Amino acid sequence: MAECHPVGFQWVMEAKERGATIIHVDPRFTRTSALADIFVPIRPGSDIAFLGGIVNHILENERYFRDYVVEYTNAATIIKADFRDTEDLDGVFSGFDAKKAAYDVRSWLYDGMEAPPGVPHGEQTGGAGRPIEHGEPPQDRSLQHPRCVFQLLKKHYRRYTPELVEETCGIPRQLFLRVAEALCANSGRERTSAFCYAVGWTQHTVGVQYIRTAAIVQQLLGNIGRPGGGILALRGHASIQGSTDIPTLYNLLPGYLPMPHSERYLGHQDYVRKNSAPTGFWGHMEEYFISLMKAWWGEHATADNDWAFGHLPRIDGDHSAYVFTMGMLEGGVRGYFLPGENPAVGSANGKLNRMAMARLDWLVVRDLVEIESAAFWYRSSEIETGELRTDDIPTEVFFLPAASHTEKDGSFTNTQRLLQWHHTAVQPRGDCRSDLWFYFHLGRIIRMKLRDRAPDDPKNRPVLELTWDYPVEGRRAEPSADAVLREISGWGPDGKQLSSFTELKADGSTACGCWIYSGCYRDGVNQTARRTPHREQSYVGAEWGWAWPDNRRILYNRASADPRGEPWSERKRYVWWDRARRQWTGIDTPDFKRTMPPDHEPGKQAAAEEALRGTEPFIMQADGKAWLYVPEGLRDGPFPTHYEPQESVFRNPLYRQQSNPVRQQFRHPLNAYNNAPDAFDDDGLFPYLLTTYRLTEHHTAGGMSRSVEYLAELQPELFCEVSPQLAAERALEHGGWATIITTRTAIEARVLVTERIPSVRVQGREVHTVGVPYHWGVCGLSTGDAGNDLLPLALDPNVHIQECKAATCDIRPGRRPRGAALLELVAGYRQRAAARPPGRAGHSSGRRSER
Amino acid sequence: MTAISGDPTIISHDIDVASHHPDGSPRAMGFFTDTSICIGCKACEVACKEWNLVPDDGLSFTGDSYDNTGSIGCNSWRHVAFIEQGRPVAVSDPEAGDGLRWLMSSDVCKHCAHAACLDVCPTGALFRTEFDTVVVQQDICNGCGYCVSACPFGVLDKRREDGRVWKCTLCYDRLRGDLEPACAQACPTKSIQFGPVDELLALARERVDTLHQRGVGDARLYGADRDNGVGGFGAFFLLLDQPEVYGLPPDPVVSTRRLGQMWGAAAAAAGALALGVAAAFLGERR
Repeated sequence: MAECHPVGFQWVMEAKERGATIIHVDPRFTRTSALADIFVPIRPGSDIAFLGGIVNHILENERYFRDYVVEYTNAATIIKADFRDTEDLDGVFSGFDAKKAAYDVRSWLYDGMEAPPGVPHGEQTGGAGRPIEHGEPPQDRSLQHPRCVFQLLKKHYRRYTPELVEETCGIPRQLFLRVAEALCANSGRERTSAFCYAVGWTQHTVGVQYIRTAAIVQQLLGNIGRPGGGILALRGHASIQGSTDIPTLYNLLPGYLPMPHSERYLGHQDYVRKNSAPTGFWGHMEEYFISLMKAWWGEHATADNDWAFGHLPRIDGDHSAYVFTMGMLEGGVRGYFLPGENPAVGSANGKLNRMAMARLDWLVVRDLVEIESAAFWYRSSEIETGELRTDDIPTEVFFLPAASHTEKDGSFTNTQRLLQWHHTAVQPRGDCRSDLWFYFHLGRIIRMKLRDRAPDDPKNRPVLELTWDYPVEGRRAEPSADAVLREISGWGPDGKQLSSFTELKADGSTACGCWIYSGCYRDGVNQTARRTPHREQSYVGAEWGWAWPDNRRILYNRASADPRGEPWSERKRYVWWDRARRQWTGIDTPDFKRTMPPDHEPGKQAAAEEALRGTEPFIMQADGKAWLYVPEGLRDGPFPTHYEPQESVFRNPLYRQQSNPVRQQFRHPLNAYNNAPDAFDDDGLFPYLLTTYRLTEHHTAGGMSRSVEYLAELQPELFCEVSPQLAAERALEHGGWATIITTRTAIEARVLVTERIPSVRVQGREVHTVGVPYHWGVCGLSTGDAGNDLLPLALDPNVHIQECKAATCDIRPGRRPRGAALLELVAGYRQRAAARPPGRAGHSSGRRSER
Repeated sequence: MTAISGDPTIISHDIDVASHHPDGSPRAMGFFTDTSICIGCKACEVACKEWNLVPDDGLSFTGDSYDNTGSIGCNSWRHVAFIEQGRPVAVSDPEAGDGLRWLMSSDVCKHCAHAACLDVCPTGALFRTEFDTVVVQQDICNGCGYCVSACPFGVLDKRREDGRVWKCTLCYDRLRGDLEPACAQACPTKSIQFGPVDELLALARERVDTLHQRGVGDARLYGADRDNGVGGFGAFFLLLDQPEVYGLPPDPVVSTRRLGQMWGAAAAAAGALALGVAAAFLGERR
């Protein structure tokens, strides 16, 4: 966190000064470790075993917060009789179809429930998890029923012992126990603990399940919805949270409404019915959806035309980033917009990305400087090796200079869902323009052309009927970001800005660009621009910026009070039921219907949040509970399970199933894997672990930092970090050069021999890690090979993120060969890899996207 | 909303950074760099260069941990040192990891109370400001370089391109406007604190006591002693090891302190020499 989020890390230091214990778990001893109380070195790719060990420790030693677990989680809920755990089936859950490498999730459901027909799956459900059916599943509040979640959880993690953690993660058991005890001791009524994670957790073929394991720990310890608790996702860069809320994702509409699928819905009602839940706040989905349609199509969205449901674009499958890239490679994608993204450096398997872009007809790159993704056609390692020739590349590249965040108005949304407004400090120079300017005027010109050419063509109506009337300012005709924020916040029939999403209506009288952001322009005031100093308000800081939803700083904060509505402890007092005034109150906006008493019991006809009890804080879930067990919504299982990475040097110590059986793989000559699917590398061809990461001094793919002399000079060259043991084993010289090799490519880097890269002992042998920062590329002041070129495409099946943090490699001293000789070096490794006996273990080889 | 006052934060002490008293008179201002909370982000180095328009110092990889700046110089007025200490992170040791220490410390001009650079400057380019800081006036400096060899810390450095000497001004221009120096303002953890020297000294002593109570026995102040060889620093430090570990002289002495004695000794030697010569001649006559 100190490495990549130094500004946020000041609050960790603040907490440490107040007595908090800071524990840092990482394959490397980083600037964060330097300031932590306990550093826990871990083998890359083994975190579920580590966290699962903590779950087991909590359960076996009865350290869980029993009242919280029984009342607020689904621990007592009983699961279908035909559910089978990975313990029963040696690493897969029931419903596994080896041919499709996919699960039929029906056996995972709560007892007595059936999956409604035609429900969307996983990626189409946004952030809330699939709604469960109406009606209450059977429960055993004594937690004794053999099929209740609690007992299934115990069984699932029983073998995740301190010994297993040591064997799998390389974490000495005493150190592991010290961490587990520190967490338990700092949780409960009086105390809370928080988890912070970043892409070190997400970028795995089991990335979502990493976070899920942390969620299980935090639920068992009662650390959700309470001050000082939670799981905090530290984002890869500014406003990644915002780009999920107002999404740049292919499968979402604003506010986590699913993007309609081309074949699944008969109309808006069918879409709403299949995606909403009768209980909990998703019961209001139609209000959110119709208000969005009104914001986008205004008077053209009416009850008569199904609220312009037909105007929405459709998806017809998986269009995630790497699937899209594979589409380019096979020639099915003609054009590509790259605003502020540099896949030639930042994405896994850079070569594959560059080769894919070289097959496009056109490419639009908007960035601050000419980045590698705009220059690949004349300057790249493929030009050097002869794999690409400039004359043969058909791609027309448009490079459009962009304005930086200091040169435009707008908002950032951070991990706390906090929107903070920034004002233009200086005008952009020359032709640089904001993204808002670019897309607004692009839309304006497209509309003009369509209107001129074919105003009556029905296929043009979705574009021509858009509300595209933002006021523009200044001589550059900059659209008003303030007007965009007003639309996002929404207005009522009288044109007045809305105060909250609870004011949204399903009759077309309200318009709102993103329901969860509704109220950010409450009272006609840009709430996100508020900057009341912390000394002049409570520690919650409610008057600094604005947090969605309803300026709520901690989600599900009803859980900070006990079932009767009393704070769990004075020390952790946050939101409580005021008996006298008969309403919820506290130092934050209560995340509960304000007047619903703790003893509320839903009637038979109750709907939405009214259908939940007054003791059920997790109001976005259809059963009002936090989910220890996820009955639906994930592709790879209701409980997180330790699987080895796609590329590993170890056999899975727990199951015959080596890797996530439903992970996403791509079979393509440019995407060879170091070991066969579900095998592992034990013959020394790729004997080392490889992990890529960032440094404080540079930003992501380097476009914003390698081009700035003051930053470039601080880390002027690509280096790799190796332990003294590895340096000795491979004759690597400190300060000299090394060549790092995978079946994708080989790169060269300067060598830093450091004890900060621990060698860990796993399954009885010492294994070394090669650490590679990924910031470098061929453009800018500081240039070098791109670390991510080494990585394969192997994806998490839920969110399609690549496994960047755990792969395998070889390393040798000296610089890499130049030109065609580089290809020969890699080809040699490929031939030896291919000549090995086929996979040793496993049920199946995952979900492949054959292309 | 219940009005609970925001707890005062511990790291961001409520020190008044205004460089003037309410009556407009200037105050002695300085830095307290608390290396126990430095995260090595180098924001200080960058902010300093941005504000003071200091050129880059060349793109050279040193291999010295994460330090590619190397030292303070004419083109790096702040320098973050990275010191890796200790045994390897053991593979099966129960205390794994605890043996490794990575010290980080942002070094800067000390703005000595008795500043040798000031003493030796023949042009008056170096002067003591109303804030008790030491600043080079670039329009007067003739590049003689006397100050370069006089500085016990090697802070002063001549820029080859323009022949003049450049160093930290403690953001003299910002101080005149009651603004914090750029490095202190950019520091995310407030490892670099700026304020009136007397207040910072009190804070620093309190901080060392706190760390000692917490068992950080290695914590010590560097340059806070007003009786040290340079009369105390205007920019002093809390270190977690011996100053030498950070590349700092353990007992700096102002190089001009013995100037009087030296002239006295030289005069005595000259006298003795004259006497000897005279004696030789006298003897010859005999």
